[in-house]
Parts: sequence; C-alpha cells; structure tokens
Amino acid sequence: MSLLEIRNLHAEVDGHEILKGIDLTINPGEVHSIMGPNGSGKSTLAQVLSRREAYHVTQGEVLFNGKNLLEMKPEEAAREGVFLAFQYPVEIPGIGNAYFLRSALNAIRTHHGLDELDAMDFIPFYREKMQLLDMDERLMNRSVNEGFSGGEKKRNEILQMAVLEPKLAILDETDSGLDIDALRIVAQGVNAMRSPDRSMLVVTHYQRLLDYIVPDFVHVLVDGRIVRSGGKELALELEDKGYGWIENAPAAAGAVRA
Amino acid sequence: MTQVAQLERYLDAYTEFARETAGAPAWLRELRDTAFARFSSVGFPTLRDEDWRFTGLARLTRTPFRLARGSDNHFTVSDLVQWRMEGAAARLVFVDGRLEPQLSNWGTLPRGVTVNGLAKEIASQPDALPKHFGRYLDIQRDPFSALNTAFAEDGAYIHVARGVALEQPIHLLFITTSGPAPAMTHPRNLIVVENEGQATIIEDYVSHGDATPAFSNAVTELVAGENASVQHIMLEREHLQTFNFSTLRIEQARSANVASHSLLLGGSLVRNNVHPVLHGEGGECLINGLFIGSGRQHLDNYMLVEHASPHCASRQFYNGILDQQAHGVFHGRIVVHKDAQKTDAKQTNRNLLLDDNAQIDTKPQLEIYADDVKCTHGATIGQIEETALFYLRSRGIGEMEARRLLLEAFAGECIERMKPGAAREYTESIVFERLLSVANAGSYGKSSVVEERDRNWEEVG
Repeated sequence: MSLLEIRNLHAEVDGHEILKGIDLTINPGEVHSIMGPNGSGKSTLAQVLSRREAYHVTQGEVLFNGKNLLEMKPEEAAREGVFLAFQYPVEIPGIGNAYFLRSALNAIRTHHGLDELDAMDFIPFYREKMQLLDMDERLMNRSVNEGFSGGEKKRNEILQMAVLEPKLAILDETDSGLDIDALRIVAQGVNAMRSPDRSMLVVTHYQRLLDYIVPDFVHVLVDGRIVRSGGKELALELEDKGYGWIENAPAAAGAVRA
Repeated sequence: MTQVAQLERYLDAYTEFARETAGAPAWLRELRDTAFARFSSVGFPTLRDEDWRFTGLARLTRTPFRLARGSDNHFTVSDLVQWRMEGAAARLVFVDGRLEPQLSNWGTLPRGVTVNGLAKEIASQPDALPKHFGRYLDIQRDPFSALNTAFAEDGAYIHVARGVALEQPIHLLFITTSGPAPAMTHPRNLIVVENEGQATIIEDYVSHGDATPAFSNAVTELVAGENASVQHIMLEREHLQTFNFSTLRIEQARSANVASHSLLLGGSLVRNNVHPVLHGEGGECLINGLFIGSGRQHLDNYMLVEHASPHCASRQFYNGILDQQAHGVFHGRIVVHKDAQKTDAKQTNRNLLLDDNAQIDTKPQLEIYADDVKCTHGATIGQIEETALFYLRSRGIGEMEARRLLLEAFAGECIERMKPGAAREYTESIVFERLLSVANAGSYGKSSVVEERDRNWEEVG
C-alpha cells in the first residue's frame, strides 16, 4: 500500500484557489521532490498535508496510510506520522527545547500505546541526535528557536524530525538561507533518516538541495498543478533551462510518474 | 442610593467600632478618627477621579457591608491543608481579618525575627508601634487607605532585626468566610526589615465558601532599612463575588532592594495598589505583576513609583492574560522628584487577550522633575500567536496542551523574576493551576455565553 495518496486535490487560501488538482502517490521509502517557481503552490501543499487550518481543501482526497488525512487535526496528523520541517521555524519564548520536544514525543508515543519517556530516558536520546546534527548542547535548555541563527533553526527542525521519527517528512524550503556548510550538515541529518519505511517530500525552489538529498522522483509544480514528473535528472534539466522552459511548454499529460 | 446614605452605613459601622475599641491607645484612636474623617469628607472615588478612570465602584458602594467581627466559622488545622505552603518559616492565619493563633504556626524563627498579630503587638508594645505605623501611608490621596486606617485593628506585624537574614518565607494567610450577610474586613500589616536584614513575605488572600459578597480592604506598610533585601508577594485568589482592594506602601532607605510581586487571579472587582518611595540613594525596586482574568472579572493594577533620591532604579513588569469578558487595567505612574538625578526607571506591560470581548486599559504616566534621568515605558496587546500554536500542534501536541504551554510561557516571565525557593514554587503551582482552567475553558475569540450581569460599573449619582 502507498503511504500517501493524493487525488485531485484543490485547496484555497483566503478565497484564492492555489492548488488546482494535484495527484501524487508516494510509496514507503521513496523520496519525492516538488519543485516549482514562486507562488506555484509548493508551500501550500506542504501546509495542507500538515493540516494548517487556514488552508481550505475544496476538492479531492488525501489518504495517509489508508486513513483520510483531511479529517485530521494538525496534532492528529503528527501523531499518525506526518512531520513538517518549517520554512520559517517559529520562535517560542518561555518553552524550553527539550521540554517541548519531550512533550511532543510523548504525545506521539501515547497515541501509539507506548509509555511516556521521562527526562532521564529522553535526554541521552536527545543528546545523541544533537551530536548527529552538530548542534551545541546548550541549545537544549534554551527556548524553542529563540535567538537561534538561521542555520540553527533549520538544524533544529531536522533534530525534531530525528527525534519524532515520522513516516512522512515534508521539508519545506529547508535549504533557504543556508550556507553550504550548514546545508551539508542538514542534508547529512536528513540522509541519515532515509529508510525503507520512511518517505520524504522535499519542497524546494532550487536544485542545489537535491545534490545533497538525492530524490527518487521530481515533480514540477506550476500554477497549482504538477506539469511534469520524472527522475532526479529532471531537476538538473530545470536548473539548466529554468522554469520558463516548463511554464511555456504544454502540461505533461496526466503528469505520469516513472 | 445616594452617596450620603452609603456613607452613613460606614459611619454607623465606625461609631460602633470606635465604641468597642475605646480601650485602644490614644495615638491609635486619634489616627482612626482622623482617617475616618478624611474618608467621610471625600467618600468613594468616582470615574472622574484620574486614578479611578477605568474602575467604577457602583457595585461595591451599593452593597451593604457590615464590619466582620470575628467569624462563626470554626476552622480546624485540617481545613487549612488546601492552602498549605511547604517550606514556610512561619504561618499566620487570619479568618475574616482576625488572627487565629491556634491555626497559626510560628515555626522556629531565628533570633531577631518577630512575627506577631498586630492587635497583640499593639496591646503589648503600645508605644513602640507609632514609630512606623501609619507614617508612610497616604490617607489623603486614597480613600481606601483612609478607610483601612479607620478600621485598622489586626493583621500581621513582622520585624526583622538589623543584619538578620530570614531565608524561608513567612506565609500570611487571609481567609474570607461566607457569612449570612456581606461583610468587610480591613487587614492591616506592618513589616519592618532593619538595615541589612533580609526577608520574604507572602500575603495570600483566599475564600472559604462563596455564597455572599465580601469586601477585603488590606493595607501593608513595608519598611526596608539601608541595604535591606525584601521580597513581598501578594497572591489574590478569592472567589468570584469578592471585592479585593489592597495597598502596598513600600518605604526604602539607602541601597535597599525590594521586590514586589502581585498575582491577581481571583475576585470580582480587584484593585491592587503598589506604592514604593525610594527615599535613599542607590535603592532598587522591582514591581512585578501578573493578572489572569476570565468571566467578568475586573482586575486593576495601580502603581505609583516615587523616585525621591538620586541613583535609584525601578523596574515595573506586568503581564496580563484576559479571557471572556474580563477587564484588566494597568496604570503605572512614575514620579521622579527634583533631586532624584540619575534615576533609571523602566515600565513594561504586556497583555494577552484570549477573547474578542476581553478588555485592557493600559496607561503609563511619567512625571519627571529632574533633568538627568532615564525613563522608558512600553505596552503591548496581543493574542496567542496562531503560528506558535500551529507549530506546537504540528509536532503532535494537542490544542489545549499547546495553549496551556503558551500561556505558561507568558506567565512564566513573571514567575522567573521571583527568587527561586519555596515561595516561588508555591506561587507557580497556583498560577499554573489557574492557567489550566483558562486553557481548558478556552472561549478564544468565539463569543461565549456568560451569564448576564451589569457589565458597566456605572457611576452612582
């Protein structure tokens, strides 16, 4: 069974239709990339899948692990295994990173009938993941993202993903604002999490990230529709020719996946 | 009812009180008479009074309160478990304004620390008290202070001798009981910490039963000697029919360091006045507050910070959380006197409104008569950030829990300004419990159906 099955998805924000019929299937273990110009609906797709309330689905359906994702609240989707690495991680003064992440992990564990982890069990696990992302341990007790540099915030997103171990990780423009060193560390963290039972949806404007996180499939989103799908070479072609090449070409019939 | 008729009730109460307490020392009788005369001549403030612009008193002045004279409620120590604070050096329990020695616990106080009931102290040291008692409170400016002084009889008396550091807090528990008719109490506290002394005092106002309205009008005079370090906590969590008025008058000598923390959580109509006067050079004062209102609570925070000497610093930080139709007021007045050069005064008020119908009035007021000073103020009004809420929920944290975490973080800013220790832990647990009820009640922007009562504290002609 596929992990994610999107059929004819239409969504709007503030009355404007942004997604105009998306079809996409992701199987366990696959890494898909969604590329597209600004305003094409890439981030909207990411937000809809993580169930942000401001994004209204007007048509279509989304099955996650066979369940209707569109009926889930954000926390329910998260507990079922959807994770969104934010393009702009939110600063939350007054809530400590470790406390926050342990609360999240325990909410997920409880949902799956597992015992909650106390701080004694959680901290060593958390510390190990921090080392993987080359993060300063002192950040552990600071407030969530507060005063973090851009690179630290993005690494913190991947750290959360590493701790929460989702089935589907959606990376929304994770490369934006990162220098090449930070990008390598983030990509290394993401690649360490690739496994046959974890899928990823990598949303990006630039091909650069895909040099480090190599996708199995690439889809090009233009004006709310997937106009072309292909393998990783499609990203290179896009890099070469620019989005204008696709925007001016007729939509690929059915956006067939390889 | 006319203002005259209302005041007549207070006159009757005072006449009877004066007759019953005719045996008091002459200085005290004189002070009471002067104070009552002042109260009768000015009456209760109105909305036209600048200091009372946002807080109408019609419901208070209309209610026929009798003076509580001892309680019919017989408490036992086990009744008090719900208000027990771990780690206190001593606990004084007042029921309807009267000290209950058999419910109190003097613990093992170090030498040099005196903790007593004010009535007992007046009886045993009648001539020593006037050195501080009533010397600092301004009964001319504030009718409630005059009213308190007129009926001043019992409360806490705390004295910390020179150089004595009391590590654990002193817990003053004021229980208002619910009798057959509305009753008023006027607790009066005197706290004197001599030079280089150190103490933490927590005033804790609670209710037992909620059948009838109650009016608690407390005054505390806090005297901090040179280099003294004092932490004062005011915790108000009475039931939703009470009128809780309180004034903390702080007198600071040279290089004294005082922190006042006011936490207004309960009550129907609440007014908390904090009035420090920095009277010696190099003094520091922190005035920290948190008010959490829901339903139709009205919580008014009034501060008057007087810089009377050079090189003093004051910091005011107040955070408000208001849900449903609650109404909060932050009125922060800073007066820098002519000679108070190099004053460094800062004032910040942050508010979270959880409902479209909640309301905050925030008013900074700076009066600066010196020319070399630094005074800043700022106020913010916001809501729970949707992006923060979504961020937490996107990680699997439920909506209620996410709200609770965000409210705790906002309130936590105030808690973190308290010195770590028993008093802070006690306060934190009570604040978090209150926040849990707010997070779960959650009307959050949706208009909620709340029992209709007279919303506007309209003026009485």
